[in-house]
Amino acid sequence: MKLKSRHLLGLEGMAGDELKLILDTAESFREIIERPIKKVPTLRGMTVLNLFYEPSTRTRISFELAEKRLSADTINFSKSMSSVTKGETLKDTVQNIEALKINMIVIRHSSSGVPYYLTQCTDSNIINAGDGRHEHPTQALLDMFTIRRKYGRLDGLRVVLIGDIKHSRVVRSNIWGLKAMGASVAVCGPSTLLPYEVEKFGVDIYTDLDKAMDGADVVNIMRIQLERQQAGLFPSMREYTNLFGVTRDRLRLLNKNYTIMHPGPINRGVEVTSDVADSKSSVILEQVTNGQAVRMAILYLLSGKKREEGE
Amino acid sequence: MPRKKEEVLLDAQKITRATTRIAHEILEKNSGAENLVIIGILRRGADLAKRIAERIKQIEGVEVPVGLLDINLYRDDFHSRLDQPIVQRTEILFDVVDRNVILVDDVLFTGRTIRAALDAIIDFGRPRSIQLAVLIDRGHRELPIRPDYVGKNIPTSKEDRVLVRLEERDNCEEVIIEIAGLKRKTARSGGRASGKGGKKK
Amino acid sequence: MKKPKYDLVIKGGRVIDPAFGFGKEADVFVKEGRIAKIARESKVTLKEISSLPEENIIDASGKIVCPGLIDMHVHFREPGFEGKETIITGCRAAAAGGFTTVCCMPNTSPAVDNQETIEFILSRSEGADARLYVVGAITKDLKGAELAEIGDLVKGGAVAISDDGAYVQNPEIMRRALEYAKMFDIPIITHAEDEYLCSGGVMNESFEGTRLGMKGRPAVGEVIAVLRDIKLCQFVGGRLHVAHVSTAGAVEAIRQAKKEGLNVTAEAAPHHFTLTDDAIGKEFDTNLKVNPPLRTKKDVDAVIKGLVDGTIDCIASDHAPHCEEEKDVEFDQAPPGMIGLETTLGLVKTYLIDKGYLSWADAIRKMTVGPARILGLPVGTLEKDSSADITIIDPDKKWTVKKEKFHSKSQNSPFIGWKLSGKVSHTILGGKAVYSGK
Repeated sequence: MKLKSRHLLGLEGMAGDELKLILDTAESFREIIERPIKKVPTLRGMTVLNLFYEPSTRTRISFELAEKRLSADTINFSKSMSSVTKGETLKDTVQNIEALKINMIVIRHSSSGVPYYLTQCTDSNIINAGDGRHEHPTQALLDMFTIRRKYGRLDGLRVVLIGDIKHSRVVRSNIWGLKAMGASVAVCGPSTLLPYEVEKFGVDIYTDLDKAMDGADVVNIMRIQLERQQAGLFPSMREYTNLFGVTRDRLRLLNKNYTIMHPGPINRGVEVTSDVADSKSSVILEQVTNGQAVRMAILYLLSGKKREEGE
Repeated sequence: MPRKKEEVLLDAQKITRATTRIAHEILEKNSGAENLVIIGILRRGADLAKRIAERIKQIEGVEVPVGLLDINLYRDDFHSRLDQPIVQRTEILFDVVDRNVILVDDVLFTGRTIRAALDAIIDFGRPRSIQLAVLIDRGHRELPIRPDYVGKNIPTSKEDRVLVRLEERDNCEEVIIEIAGLKRKTARSGGRASGKGGKKK
Repeated sequence: MKKPKYDLVIKGGRVIDPAFGFGKEADVFVKEGRIAKIARESKVTLKEISSLPEENIIDASGKIVCPGLIDMHVHFREPGFEGKETIITGCRAAAAGGFTTVCCMPNTSPAVDNQETIEFILSRSEGADARLYVVGAITKDLKGAELAEIGDLVKGGAVAISDDGAYVQNPEIMRRALEYAKMFDIPIITHAEDEYLCSGGVMNESFEGTRLGMKGRPAVGEVIAVLRDIKLCQFVGGRLHVAHVSTAGAVEAIRQAKKEGLNVTAEAAPHHFTLTDDAIGKEFDTNLKVNPPLRTKKDVDAVIKGLVDGTIDCIASDHAPHCEEEKDVEFDQAPPGMIGLETTLGLVKTYLIDKGYLSWADAIRKMTVGPARILGLPVGTLEKDSSADITIIDPDKKWTVKKEKFHSKSQNSPFIGWKLSGKVSHTILGGKAVYSGK
């Protein structure tokens, strides 16, 4: 068993056995980060470029640490320190850095489709660390990994994704991945934050949080951004919290042994109350730790796939 | 299935005798089981490690901790391989610092696997010593590595294949050599295709 | 030696001129750059031809001979963006696509909101491979705030006005423009996409856009914009022409307006009857980014139906050249638009005629007399004494669109690699061959 593509662009179209390979491999790496020396020499001699065109703290740190723990050399590039401000195109920037001989590129960009674009103008393996509103596959994988560790499975579980569905790449990747692994998926948010024809994803749709949470196993809460309110998508943060904030009171609707997740960073008191975020059922910090293992697994699985292997 | 080109080196009884002997030698050399830990290299080295620990318990009445080690992340041929080895979970749930580590593998050949295993163990801490136990030593070392405990020394040519089959995963118990120069293709399909029937070294 | 009676004879082709319902095999005779006559081959014609040198006779047997095609919606980028296209290269592309007349949109730099720019453009088109008309701006610098000097523009030669690329968002300004333009009897060409609904969008708002996470330009943005302009036109009169209709809703709105007898006309671009928005997700090809965006199958079917029932009067390419480096960027960053002059004819033949939607006569009407009447152009027909602008079409010639074969200065076409049927074999401008294909 191996992955079909030499890139990780998204979870859409990925088969269940490929996802399983990634999650199984991540289990092996999860053990390494518990060791006293959290480092293996596997990717020695490989160079990974972290190309971040959007601000990111946790994803960038998580990738960088994953690379370092696999003994890869890393270069970090962020938009602010770049020659982008001097008018250089993305393609020129990437090809110039690639001329320094790198092997893999981790890309975060505000435009959907940029990871695919990079596969067309570079030879490196491309890992999508979030493109526009399109996909954020490693986040979804770590979410799935975290759920699977707790329940031992994904199939048959009911997962509700709550919040800004329209603008969320985390939601899209989670939908593809969870469905491929046999979970049942629902989305819930204000109708202005549900994208056009969202039902075609094959998910259940709710605008009533109580109904959405009723009978669910996992609640994955998306961050709500102030700029959405400023763009007129909902009247006020106060009303958002009243209608879509996950509170302790609402947890009784969930199945026993429920799980609270959030990809972070959290707006405490807005999309989730502090007592819920910090409760026993919250795996928010576990998600962060697991993100390491998942990213190590992706780096490992893709690094062996050379260009001549094709797609 | 043509078996003519193969020769059985050890049968089930001989394998049992060899592991028992190794267990005795370990105890003798280390003056007992105190401070010992055993780490087996996945997969068949791990099976043998568990058997040795079992023997030691029978002989000495002491439970020696057993760890399982996946060395794939420490391989030196990572860049030249096309297919990615499946990484398995390493389970070393004890501290190796200042312990006498018995590293166990089934076949010792070039020594590269052992080199990887040594690096991996040292990443867990600084043991007092690491000693190497193998079921078969077939020679042709490419690194300065020698075993402390050997089940059987077997002279081979470099192209021969040595297959270890253990009850735990192969449903039979034997060590086989496939002699090079004879029809290898048939030998491979006989050895490999029959349900993960053994490990080549 | 006696001077031959004709300068050029196109022999034995199937002559189609929808302007006066002509459609049969005939010879076309050209003298001094004008159409002298169209006649069936007879003893007399044979004699007339026999005195001509060989290069003055084109054997068009098996081919279609029609008035030079007109593309009423192109962007030639000069002045201001000569790296993308110039008037000379644009006209060369037009000729290679079978077009003898083009109308240039005013979004140049400076914009065509003054007579000097029109004069400059017209002077640049002298000696070019196509006849060029200019569309002036509705508002100063296309900003949608103050009316341009429309009277001056018309005096300078503008045949219509438009703020193409942008919608005149303020209904008061659009109302005044329609009223004011009535004095000059020119149409206002509207790029109908409501800015509030569409701004920032990069593709159609649909499940495809949802799946790819692209900001959408909803169909309703076009429908609302078209409806508003139709209602203004109904209120104040004037002539409204809707550019590049892309949605089922807009087609329906125009159909109703025509039924009510309003002076509303419309055009469709080839990419809106050949491509759907699901093409984008395959490779994020920035050449598929265009405004208005590629829509759904339902919209494509509606546009075709509009062409069939006459709701849509003409076919125009919206030829919008962009440099390779401008398109070779992130999808969001790429400028919208694609070139079209050299692929329009093949796409019309392959996707409208071969599929049985339009006859050759219908299709040619939408690229000759259709636009000519809307803009009041003295071209688009083979009537006696009209300018000898003639397109000869090899109707079943199979060809593949190739990047390196474009005559346009830019190659931003999503149709590269497409196999088409129907290709121009000769383009004749004022009696002179400006293009002859192999």
